[in-house]
Amino acid sequence: MTDLTQDQVRERIEQSLAGRHRKEKLFRGLGIASIAFGILAVLVLFTDIISKGSGAFVQTAVQLEVTYDPAVLGIDTVDDESLTWANFTGVVREALRARFPDVSSRGEKRQLYTLVSTGAPFTLRNRLQANPELLGKTEKVWFAADDDVDTYYKSLDDSAEGFRGRTSDQMAAWVAQLADSGELKKRFNTTFFTNGDSREPEQAGIRAALVGSLLTLMVTLALSFPIGVAAAIYLEEFAPKNRWTDLIEVNINNLAAVPSIVFGLLGLAIFINFFELPRSAPLVGGLVLTLMTLPTIIISSRAALKAVPPSIREAAMGMGASRMQVVLHHVLPLAMPGMLTGAIIGMAQALGETAPLLMIGMVAFIVDVPGGVTDPATVLPVQIFLWADSPERAFVEKTSAAIMVLLSFLIVMNASAVWLRKKLERRW
Amino acid sequence: MNTMTLDAGNAAPAATGQLEQDTVDTNTKVSETVGQPLCDDAKLSMRNVNVFYGETQAIHDVSLDIGRNEVVAMIGPSGCGKSTFLRCINRMNDTIEGCRVDGDLTLDGEPIYGPKVDVVPLRARVGMVFQKPNPFPKTIYENVAYGPKIHGIASRRAELDEIVENSLRRAGLWNEVKDRLDKPGTGLSGGQQQRLCIARAIAVSPEVILMDEPCSALDPIATARIEELIDELRENYTIAIVTHSMQQAARVSQRTAYFHLGHLVEVNDTETVFTNPQHELTEAYITGRFG
Repeated sequence: MTDLTQDQVRERIEQSLAGRHRKEKLFRGLGIASIAFGILAVLVLFTDIISKGSGAFVQTAVQLEVTYDPAVLGIDTVDDESLTWANFTGVVREALRARFPDVSSRGEKRQLYTLVSTGAPFTLRNRLQANPELLGKTEKVWFAADDDVDTYYKSLDDSAEGFRGRTSDQMAAWVAQLADSGELKKRFNTTFFTNGDSREPEQAGIRAALVGSLLTLMVTLALSFPIGVAAAIYLEEFAPKNRWTDLIEVNINNLAAVPSIVFGLLGLAIFINFFELPRSAPLVGGLVLTLMTLPTIIISSRAALKAVPPSIREAAMGMGASRMQVVLHHVLPLAMPGMLTGAIIGMAQALGETAPLLMIGMVAFIVDVPGGVTDPATVLPVQIFLWADSPERAFVEKTSAAIMVLLSFLIVMNASAVWLRKKLERRW
Repeated sequence: MNTMTLDAGNAAPAATGQLEQDTVDTNTKVSETVGQPLCDDAKLSMRNVNVFYGETQAIHDVSLDIGRNEVVAMIGPSGCGKSTFLRCINRMNDTIEGCRVDGDLTLDGEPIYGPKVDVVPLRARVGMVFQKPNPFPKTIYENVAYGPKIHGIASRRAELDEIVENSLRRAGLWNEVKDRLDKPGTGLSGGQQQRLCIARAIAVSPEVILMDEPCSALDPIATARIEELIDELRENYTIAIVTHSMQQAARVSQRTAYFHLGHLVEVNDTETVFTNPQHELTEAYITGRFG
């Protein structure tokens, strides 16, 4: 070994310094660049979705003066029976013809009738049912516009031409006329939050899918959290460490990586074919998602249990606490924040899962809001898939709006995971 | 204290010639324990104890008695098995994967190991204080009340309050914490935490207290406080203490056991061990030639 003088050593350190600083800067730069890339991707995604989807929260409405003419309706009194066969369509058409008296040819009339939504008669029926005294009277009512009109009118904001699509010149002229006289306006789209799916975009809503998602998640949480935590506690605290538990651990880790559609096939074979549970039901969806989330919850719960310092276990054991008391009194409270975080992340995963639900029939066209876990239902991501697949132009914004609803749920769930961890975290 | 001498007790007088050498062969085979490992009025009696971690043998044929209301210090270089031996007494080794304990261990003549022995009452009778203060992340009150609660010692709140106060008083912590019993135990200083752990241990009125280097994480003032406490506790409890500090062993114990590579080399009155060790390894260790 050669002896270096202190000066020589200092000189060498100085020389190496520049290189070290350069590497450090490079490393930091790389980190910042990757974060910037991530943020950029998220920004692009969000701007795209929000710009496309924000339109779905407003709806074009047309005001018409309708007369509840008993002659047109074909009824004399208002009761449940008469309402079911009363001709509200005739009333709506009458009102449209009255608004545009020039229209005479059949072709033009047919076009005229498509100005308002096909749901307009139901709007009238509901109004009359609520206020029977309206029979024979005249009032001004706002109807949802047809989706083509809606799309065209909204697109006028972006360009003077607007998006025509199936909207004819004649229709465009009517729209302009109505807009000028204040009989056409945009209003908040409550339908989107109160209705189920529909073939008519202006009547399609997210409610059924949202409720379906919540029911499915409730089933998933109720099953996967207790089962997952129990399995994790047994494996971590009670099970002997031998070849069998190693095998189980390998399998759990494997299951976490199994493509979710496989769980769907499993659910189809077991829950629907063998146990004959109802198809398209949140119960089955929840069971399938439980299978899918269990590995995540078990793995994160075991990690949380492992993170509890052994000194706490020793202290409790040294006091003469039984193994169960050690776990229940000391280990579990300390591991709970981690377990909850894992469970919420698992739930968020389940909320966004589509593939396995397709296999068990939750891809069905569901109009009614499900009332229980055995009713046919669909879920948010499947609804997004269905709408993205629909040909009507107006479903584009519905799709993006549904994505926004799904994303906001995910953000709420993940934020609550962070908040829970912060709140429950105890220091030792 | 009445002591019984083993046959081999004095069979290995220190070879003076060897002691004068600078180095001691630390691999010297220890076949028999020197001194007085047994006593007549034994609270704890351990005979021919062997402990294995898988294939490795950590304790070789150790026999030792701990008398009633006696403080026995266990000293020795790191890895000599003194902590392992201590943890045999309340079966804390049970939790370690692959650990096997052989030998006859009895507490008041009742076996400690055996298929019919339940560790829960055993650990209530043999309390333990650990190296690192490890209060539960709960309030001071709950820390001390935990043992009495799980063992069903106190049925009424007033009784429990009394136990908590008495335990904290005996641990010399009452005056410092009486106004903040509902504050977390982890918020105390290191020395206070360790005294809290002692209060927690004595709250269930154990008969034996095992202390595994209770002062190694504490400053000298806190250490002195704990040592005083050990001296006071001796009136009511039998204490086995593992320590790395020979001064501490000399200050608090009546008898001292010196462990070396899993063997019990020498057990004698503390004074004898520190002034006139009978085994060359003991002498080498206490004079600081290794360890």
